[in-house]
Amino acid sequence: MPGASGSQRSVLARMSRHVRKHILGALGLGVTLCMVLVALLAPLLAPYDPYDQDVAKRFQPPIWHSEGNTDHVLGTDHVGRDLLSRLVYGARISLSVGVFAVSIAATIGIVLGLLAGYYMGKTDALISYLIDMMMSFPYVLLAMALVATLGASFRNVFIVLGLTSWPLYARVIRTEVLRIKEMDYIQSAKAVGMNDIRILLLEVIPNLFNSIIVICTVQTAAMIISESFLSFLGLGVQPPIPSWGGMLSEGRTYMLEMGWLAALPGMAIFLTAMGINLLGDGLRDFFDPFKRKQG
Amino acid sequence: MQIKETSGKFCGEALLFDEKPLLSVSDLTTCFYTDAGIAKAVDRVNFTVNPGDTLGIVGESGCGKSVTALTIMRLIPEPPGKVRSGKIVFSGRDLLQLSEKEMRRIRGKQISMIFQDPMTSLNPVFQIGKQISEVIRLHQGLSRKESLHHAVALLQKVGIPSPERRVFEYPHQLSGGMRQRAMIALAISCHPKVMIADEPTTALDVTIQAQILNVIQDLKTTIGTSILLITHDLGVIAETARTVIVMYAGKIMEYAPVEDLFERPRHPYTIGLMQSVPSLEQETERLPVIPGLVPSLLEIPAGCAFSNRCDHVTRQCVNQEPPLFDITPKIRCRCWRYQ
Repeated sequence: MPGASGSQRSVLARMSRHVRKHILGALGLGVTLCMVLVALLAPLLAPYDPYDQDVAKRFQPPIWHSEGNTDHVLGTDHVGRDLLSRLVYGARISLSVGVFAVSIAATIGIVLGLLAGYYMGKTDALISYLIDMMMSFPYVLLAMALVATLGASFRNVFIVLGLTSWPLYARVIRTEVLRIKEMDYIQSAKAVGMNDIRILLLEVIPNLFNSIIVICTVQTAAMIISESFLSFLGLGVQPPIPSWGGMLSEGRTYMLEMGWLAALPGMAIFLTAMGINLLGDGLRDFFDPFKRKQG
Repeated sequence: MQIKETSGKFCGEALLFDEKPLLSVSDLTTCFYTDAGIAKAVDRVNFTVNPGDTLGIVGESGCGKSVTALTIMRLIPEPPGKVRSGKIVFSGRDLLQLSEKEMRRIRGKQISMIFQDPMTSLNPVFQIGKQISEVIRLHQGLSRKESLHHAVALLQKVGIPSPERRVFEYPHQLSGGMRQRAMIALAISCHPKVMIADEPTTALDVTIQAQILNVIQDLKTTIGTSILLITHDLGVIAETARTVIVMYAGKIMEYAPVEDLFERPRHPYTIGLMQSVPSLEQETERLPVIPGLVPSLLEIPAGCAFSNRCDHVTRQCVNQEPPLFDITPKIRCRCWRYQ
């Protein structure tokens, strides 16, 4: 068959053509890849140990400042820790919170959304009730209350964020399933003798990929921001572990004199969130068969 | 009373042919239970399909033709739908008695279906070759590679040019006619004994319609599939079907071989339908129309369902529903005029 190897080659070719055509998506991919690399290679990239304190060298300004020096490229914080090293290690915390929280929420949300949308009836009534209940409650508030009860730790943060943000996935997936279920190709799948499981796996879920990609990427960024929010309030990852939100929170005390202490972690959060969102848009276009031309 | 009488007729009909019918539907009634009341979408319908035969069902929108097809496939959503009575005997087994699992083995393999709109009947996210080979794999357990080969051969059979390239295309890359061909390829992929074509040409251009009908006719001769053709288009019926059922408000109004029906339509409704088709031979300023509208299935007149629109209506028509009268052994008509 010319298809088997041919189609694999064409996937690569299509990808590179696609990247060239979609600058923003490529930019998103680049930024996200950079962040992932930084997180993975943190021990190699960080010039100092992120926990090393040196009070004598506290509040050193970054290199572009008139008093900056090359010892600490991005300066030091209030206890003299190297800011660059903390930012690099912070990428690990922020990205993993994003990925773990989204994995938990997506699994719960997608399964419940599928069940509710496909089977309707009592299943749907129960799940929809749960969704409504969860959504009527501000989830950051819920997350805060839960973390406060369970105790603030890295693990609790992503578990709580995952457990409180699934209703969004469930609702989107449920609505999409309701729409897809009425499509003629579902009827024709039934007419060729497929059972419910096959129809769900082969007909419904592949048509959900676009929505899933979009929610997951938007939510990864949102989770990173939520983590910084919780850390900012002191309910997230606990010091001295470097997390971007925590650093932002520590930096705000010195906002007026040494703005970079808060601005740099803020910048890192902003860049990562934007990169992931752009990547999501790009992926959605890439997987949309209608945008694929002869390939 | 009525039920007994019509099913008696059905037995007589089956004896007309020496061949054993492949599919025989008797006394089939399908209802939809809605908030506004019970709608009898299919009302005591009887017919048989013989091996290699083409049976046409013609009627206006909402007359129950599609529901008949979906009932045979057991694809009526329950609730709100329910098959209230009847038998659908296919290859000696009553489909209505089968379990859902047994029924799934029949769908697509022995009885397949083509839907009206080829634009939406194919899954947009898969290449058409994958969709066809999925069905082959489901019913015949072939490997991916073998089933893809089959898919190419099937696309060739339904007249899709360069099928080895087309199998890797997505539905939106094909034109409407090509997609309907792909649907037909999918429907015949397991050599079904009966193919139900629900308005297969309605969504297509006239020239493409003719091509699709040719494809269906060719397949009938090459693989010997019987066809149940559902349409509102009398032209399509004239070209394709051998026997025709005219349905109105869920009931069979007339049942006749295609030549008889076009030469001498008997039921006032059939006559009205024929007159509302423009003719090439005579020039007319205005086409005659059947006055009134198709009654809602919830408000079917008490006597003859057509009585509120019929030119020949009598008191008997309003009060009493006519049975299907045998006019000749092959022609039946539900009208008091043929008593």
